Amino acid sequence: MSTLLIQNGRIIDPANGVDQIGDLFIVNDLLANRADFHGEIERVIDATGLIVSPGLIDPHVCFREPGFEEDETIRSGAFAALAGGFTAVACLPDTVPAVDTRAAAEFVIRQAKRARSCRVLPMGSVTKGHLGQELAEMGQLSDGGAVGFSDGKRPIANAEVMRRALQYTSIWNKPILHHAQVPELAHAAVMHEGFQATLLGLPGMPAAAEEIMVRRDIALAETTGGRVHWMSISSFRSVEEIKKAKDRGLLVTADVTPHHLLLTDKALSNYDTNYKVDPPFRTEEHRQALLAGLVDGTIDIISSDHQPLSAEKKSLEFDHAPFGISSLDTFLPLCVEALITPGLLDWPGLLRKLTINPALLLGVKAGRLDVGRPADITLIDPHEIWTIDTQKFHSRSTNTPFANRPAQSRVKYTIVSGEVRYDWKIHSK
Amino acid sequence: MSTSLESTVPLDLWTRNDLLGLQDLSRQELDIILDHAAEFKYLQEHHSRKLKHLEGIVVANLFFESSTRTRTSFSIAAKRLGADTVDFTASGSSLSKGETFIDTAMTIESMGVDLMVVRHSSPGAPALLSKHLKCGVLNAGDGTHEHPTQGLLDIFTIRERLKSLEGVTVALVGDIKHSRVARSNIWGLKTLGANVIVCGPPTLIPVGIEQMGVRVAHTLDEILDEADVINLLRVQFERQRGAFFPSIAEYAHLYGMNRERLKRAKHNVLILAPGPINRGVEITTDVADGPHSQILHQVTNGLYVRMACLNLLARKQLEYQNQ
Repeated sequence: MSTLLIQNGRIIDPANGVDQIGDLFIVNDLLANRADFHGEIERVIDATGLIVSPGLIDPHVCFREPGFEEDETIRSGAFAALAGGFTAVACLPDTVPAVDTRAAAEFVIRQAKRARSCRVLPMGSVTKGHLGQELAEMGQLSDGGAVGFSDGKRPIANAEVMRRALQYTSIWNKPILHHAQVPELAHAAVMHEGFQATLLGLPGMPAAAEEIMVRRDIALAETTGGRVHWMSISSFRSVEEIKKAKDRGLLVTADVTPHHLLLTDKALSNYDTNYKVDPPFRTEEHRQALLAGLVDGTIDIISSDHQPLSAEKKSLEFDHAPFGISSLDTFLPLCVEALITPGLLDWPGLLRKLTINPALLLGVKAGRLDVGRPADITLIDPHEIWTIDTQKFHSRSTNTPFANRPAQSRVKYTIVSGEVRYDWKIHSK
Repeated sequence: MSTSLESTVPLDLWTRNDLLGLQDLSRQELDIILDHAAEFKYLQEHHSRKLKHLEGIVVANLFFESSTRTRTSFSIAAKRLGADTVDFTASGSSLSKGETFIDTAMTIESMGVDLMVVRHSSPGAPALLSKHLKCGVLNAGDGTHEHPTQGLLDIFTIRERLKSLEGVTVALVGDIKHSRVARSNIWGLKTLGANVIVCGPPTLIPVGIEQMGVRVAHTLDEILDEADVINLLRVQFERQRGAFFPSIAEYAHLYGMNRERLKRAKHNVLILAPGPINRGVEITTDVADGPHSQILHQVTNGLYVRMACLNLLARKQLEYQNQ
């Protein structure tokens, strides 16, 4: 019997309404009671001054394997996630080949097992090859371990395809994670359409490109009873529409990234491709609506939307460079800067968006500290001040606009299945 | 005007290594360029055509997008000042060549280039290069962002005719959305005190342009009688995706400058066009070749403006290299 005691930490377990100083007991891979400890305790972690949280869960990251291992592999991505405090992530199926077959989903699971760090849950494709036309074999994918379905950053443009996908996935009650965007309105665009795009002479995508798709998806969710989750929403009208849909009792959910909570389109003024993301940074009005949507619960989850890209891919002309930010290594301090520091959310409020809410979305038995459940736990020093250093990234890619930014809060330990797989003292060297 | 080769313009007040756009230039900086260009014009017309300001300086024309007029103008401007020039024309974007455009530029710089004149189809490309290069970077047009020397030569031409830009009303007509010339014109004209009207179909007016301090109009007829200057932008067929207006004939009907419209304009109105012009589309032949037209003066003045810009940046380079 292996035993681990996490002593004297501030245990925050939003799902159970817990926020108190205490101890956690782990026997083998499971959370246990004090009474389950017999004899000598194998390992004690002094958590004084630390927050003890259920392991963080990210509903969509991009690990680029197979096909783009120069950007990230499942191994490197999973470790970056682990170091970022995540004990489980769902990875988008937008690899080459796409995860549109059971074998491809099982490959992800196998690679994740080999990596033995953060849990990596495969997501299946909605359509074959993400072409938006024929449904992928979602039953096979589901049986192969897919926790949800998505075509990644490719919007499902055809409303009939989306309707059938929502009807079909209701068999397993698994969500469709959608990148809400009308392709025709976003074609060739590289940033938010507005005054800044006019100044820079860059083609812009209007916020309406997202809002129209959100409205369409709401209508389809209503007629099918399917579960739609919008990834990385960016527009204030989207927040408004989602709020109304939830008030009507629809099974719709949404997430936002930390970078959209901190930046606006003004950040693009020097054409730094590290600021090029999809959806794009919009104006202050939109940013404020995203913050308000998190506070009032309209937005359920914060996701890193990790999009690692090798340096040579990003060092192109702004309009030729690909979209995305490598964001697992900087995730938690950016959430703290956007939400805790200005007093918009407290720690239990923030951790709810990072633990139980994504667990409910993905239908995984995690995101809470219940005795008898796998011991997936993250220990955080909420006060530590440091500086973001891309040299120390665990991700293979360092495409971030946050290099050298002051950061507050640090992940100290990440425990998966009762095993300390990330220990800041050891791995930060 | 001084007849000596010594400039009377306070060139030492110029502090920039690069000329990336007119957005950030102060009135003083614009005046330095325009006054210096006027000196070159005088020297060229009254003295030796071959000057020695840039002797020993290497100017590379790095054109990632095809251009005949601008490249030729820059080449002649540099040669008149005694510089050695090299032309590098890269076809297509860097993506298709397997080398990033930054690598291309750094390679050329390493051959001992002092100034790089950059034309690129991507907005911001010269700005990005300026961060990687030690040599001076002169933006010769970057996508739909800026084309500072074109803006300057338009402004130089207006100033030459009207003496000052203060209170002058300039209408920019046509495809504002895809026009780098419009953006450079707006910045320079506003800084020098002109009123600017942008006029075109709503599909070709970019979002939020009023925030640049301009008035927006959608028909040419409504602004004809107020404009002291009408600058007819070329319809950028190559930069447009899909149809922004129903037909060329309809465009000419609504926005084309013709004899009938000229009659309703101010009697001394100046007609500018950055060229190359589409005769019969934005301008009819009789107007283009008529007495109001400044089109060929613009081309000539372009040379002097570019000489001034090259000399100002070269002076900074020499200062930097001598340190």
